[in-house]
Amino acid sequence: MEKEISIINAIVFDPLNNIEGEKLDVHIRNGKIVESVGRKARKINASGKTMMPGGVDIHSHIAGSKVNTGRLLRPEDHRKDVEIKTKHTHSGVGYSIPSTRTTGYRYAKMGYTTVFEPATPPLKTRHTHEELDSTPIIDKGCFPLLGNNWFIMEYLRDGRLDECAAFVAWMLKATKGYAIKIVDPGGVEVWGWGKFIKRLDDPIPNFDVTPREIVRGLCKVNKMLNLPHIIHVHTNNLGSPGNYQTTIETMDAVRDLADGKRPIIHITHVQFTGFSGSSWVNLGSGAPEIADYVNDHNHVSVDLGQVIFGDTTTMTADGPFQYFLHQLSGNKWVNLDVEAETGSGIVPFQYKRTNYVNAIQWGIGLELALLVKDPWRVFMTTDHPNGGPFTSYPKVIAWLMSKKAREKMISRINRTARRRLDLPNIDREYTLGEIATITRAAPAKSLTLMNKGHLGLGADADIAIYDLDPSKVDLENKPSTIRKAFKETLYTIKNGKIVSKQGQIAGNSYGNTFYTESQVSKNLEADLMKDIQSRFKDYYTIEFENYPISDGFLRNPAKINCKADV
Amino acid sequence: MSQEVISNVICTVCGCSCDHLQVTIDNDKIVKVKNACAMSSGKMLGYRNERTTQPMMKKGTTLKPTTYERAIDVTAKTIIKSSSPLFYGWSLTSNEAIAIGVDLAEETGGFFDNTTSTCHGPTILGVHEIGESSCTLGEIRHRADLVIYWGSNPVHAHPLHMSRYTVMSKGRFRKSRSDRKLIVVDVRKTDTAKLADVFIQLEPNNDYELMVALRAAVRGDEIEQETVAGVSIDKIEELAEMLINCEFGALFFGLGLTMSAGKSKNIEAALSLVTELNSKTKFVIMPMRGHFNVNGANNVTTWLTGYPYAVDFTQGFPRYNPGETSAVDLLARGECDSALIVASDPISNFPYQAAKHLTSIPLITIDPHITPTTMCSNIILPSAHVGIETTGSTYRMDGVVLETRKLVDPPKGVKTDVEILSALLKRVKSLTR
Ligand SMILES: [Zn+2]
Repeated sequence: MEKEISIINAIVFDPLNNIEGEKLDVHIRNGKIVESVGRKARKINASGKTMMPGGVDIHSHIAGSKVNTGRLLRPEDHRKDVEIKTKHTHSGVGYSIPSTRTTGYRYAKMGYTTVFEPATPPLKTRHTHEELDSTPIIDKGCFPLLGNNWFIMEYLRDGRLDECAAFVAWMLKATKGYAIKIVDPGGVEVWGWGKFIKRLDDPIPNFDVTPREIVRGLCKVNKMLNLPHIIHVHTNNLGSPGNYQTTIETMDAVRDLADGKRPIIHITHVQFTGFSGSSWVNLGSGAPEIADYVNDHNHVSVDLGQVIFGDTTTMTADGPFQYFLHQLSGNKWVNLDVEAETGSGIVPFQYKRTNYVNAIQWGIGLELALLVKDPWRVFMTTDHPNGGPFTSYPKVIAWLMSKKAREKMISRINRTARRRLDLPNIDREYTLGEIATITRAAPAKSLTLMNKGHLGLGADADIAIYDLDPSKVDLENKPSTIRKAFKETLYTIKNGKIVSKQGQIAGNSYGNTFYTESQVSKNLEADLMKDIQSRFKDYYTIEFENYPISDGFLRNPAKINCKADV
Repeated sequence: MSQEVISNVICTVCGCSCDHLQVTIDNDKIVKVKNACAMSSGKMLGYRNERTTQPMMKKGTTLKPTTYERAIDVTAKTIIKSSSPLFYGWSLTSNEAIAIGVDLAEETGGFFDNTTSTCHGPTILGVHEIGESSCTLGEIRHRADLVIYWGSNPVHAHPLHMSRYTVMSKGRFRKSRSDRKLIVVDVRKTDTAKLADVFIQLEPNNDYELMVALRAAVRGDEIEQETVAGVSIDKIEELAEMLINCEFGALFFGLGLTMSAGKSKNIEAALSLVTELNSKTKFVIMPMRGHFNVNGANNVTTWLTGYPYAVDFTQGFPRYNPGETSAVDLLARGECDSALIVASDPISNFPYQAAKHLTSIPLITIDPHITPTTMCSNIILPSAHVGIETTGSTYRMDGVVLETRKLVDPPKGVKTDVEILSALLKRVKSLTR
């Protein structure tokens, strides 16, 4: 058994430990990184190879009701991309919504070892866990959707913040969820009636609370519960021209709650809410304004939601946005509203380089990544599969590292978009260290996964070794080398075991599912239980006792305990 | 012996997944069921009747008792030897069992199909084309002021559907029956139709025509005929007005729509109608799923293979072409050289040609009960009832997942689907790897 491994002479990028391209040996025992190992340890010669901690994806729709309905909606998506069964691996399908096994294998091949599903309807989270349990190799977790929840909106309306916090703690425990997700706060409840809201201060009919109050309230709750992540927010007005202002307003809505230690709000797939202009005709990039705000305010982090040209399947909990996209594109549409909680929608979509709007969108994501100065507060995502499938990450890395790669694409996009974007004038090129930051170290830190995203002693031995020698190649001039290297590792190591070698998956192992339990005071908890039970039957069509996911339900649960202040 | 009362029990009969049953157990036997419909109490109180309890294997022409171990060994060898084994059923078992079933079909390069292919297959084909505007049942309970049942008779097939989820339920924004309109569209005046505010009786097999006319009326297009499907244009236009003017409408449809002439065309028309209504108001649509976990069978198969039923693993990857790769069609063409049936009775339900082929190939059945299919089988593996004698998760018709409970022990020695299927998969792997 390979309990011990030594990786020799690797070129290491480990930003959390301030290591940038040093030649080092790393030793592994029993799934952890250790000081030294015995002489019998298996040796991997990594000289001339780039080594990083395993990738951590903070936002990728890989499991649950809407993902699976997306699969069901699109047999045409799978037919063009199949995986044949091998001795060690299951068969499956891609492309934009891969089957569960294929999802795990493809992430592992790219050197990713931890992935978070960022939008699970609480009532349907058993489904999400069933799929996460079916996804091999990677560690994972999910964020329950709480921004349109009836209990939460009512507690916030009534100013009962303690009960609201206790309710969120109960919800995370009941659903085995990791963090608070807010999607189109209040807007999805309004969509329950087929209607829309536009402004942060518009009251939600029947609930008399505003999106601003929901975001602020849950931001406070997040702090009261000392949760490992921060509020993870998909803002109002996603997909509408001019929405960059909503994004900035949402960030600014919690500015006074910041304590200076770390960000307190994460705005996700900010490309989709980074539109300037007042219509599709004069649409522009709001990335410079958003980046300015982020650069001036350290209470905010963002991820990209980078667009990849080609075919994909959009799916969000933002029911009204998805309907809007259906009307805009004429493509088939699924809507799935969830009682007392949230909704979701699915629309297949094709991003075309020659399309003005799509080209602007492509530019917004990259501009954001390049204009936000602090790589610890901007994470690389495509909001898989909304901007494009996660398998496109190597392309994004190449665009970020090489102006030449960007120029090549810029020369092929819609001409008007080319003129209106700032992107052609941006010279910045990411270093490998910065890439390691935005793809693993920073997201791991944001999730407070203490043993992930770095290679220090005691860290989980989740490691990616890429066939890339930065001393030999002029990376900014060789984008194809970057793409090739990040597409497939030489070795992916998960918990100290080689799980993928040059694209060959070694077998089916299953990672952990992280979830959060924040303990509130016993009195508060008891009061809350009484209050929930008094209304639960009025809100839900299942019994209170059948709502929580039982402890034995998850394959490999990994609980993060926090102590609440209330 | 004292009695034990268990509350919040989840029913495992139809797609409603009612979870408010109260079950009294005496001496490891269910003796009383409260809050349940007649179908549910029938199952809950009758689960001990007509059981298979002893693994059986055919010797010559008669079934003889055997052990699970022996039966599983022979089953493994039989399906390994087959060039295209069929794995069929799956709608009356747990997600956990279904997942093992998919792996078994993949491992042996066979076909994996569930009962969808004989009920709501057309619904799924329609969704591939159009998508669907839908929601969980609670949304309808809270918001719907207009409910349509089309080709569906919930009073008999889903007895608590109306009281728990639709017109007779109490929601946040709709308090009672008088806050809602009930429309029933059917070829005959069913017991559900008798409760309707508006009953539209259409001529058999004219659902498509009526649906298309209704869509035209909703769009405001002029319709030239005087009647469509036996329904007057005035009535159709009046109906269209009702749909447009409601605040939240819900269209439920049953086999009367999926199985009448036109099939997936009917469903495409219904899905399109509802999609379009969303430009005028809020409208949702949902199929009335029959078996308690047919939706789970679709979901599990989809996340493992990308496709909801009729999956062909014969080339080493999932392939999907209903009409070609679905069980009835394969069998009717005389394909498949062995079949493993789990919790289903195709001999009674399949068309003659398909059923006949089933009886001509090695047939293995895993089922709690004696059925025409078990009686034709070469091997019978008795199993425990999910939700009564063993746990397991299941999908309500709207995709809400529930964990069913074990209430009593299965008959002595009887194993669960999960135990049998995992032992079988293990045996297959040990013989082939
Ligand atoms: Zn997302």
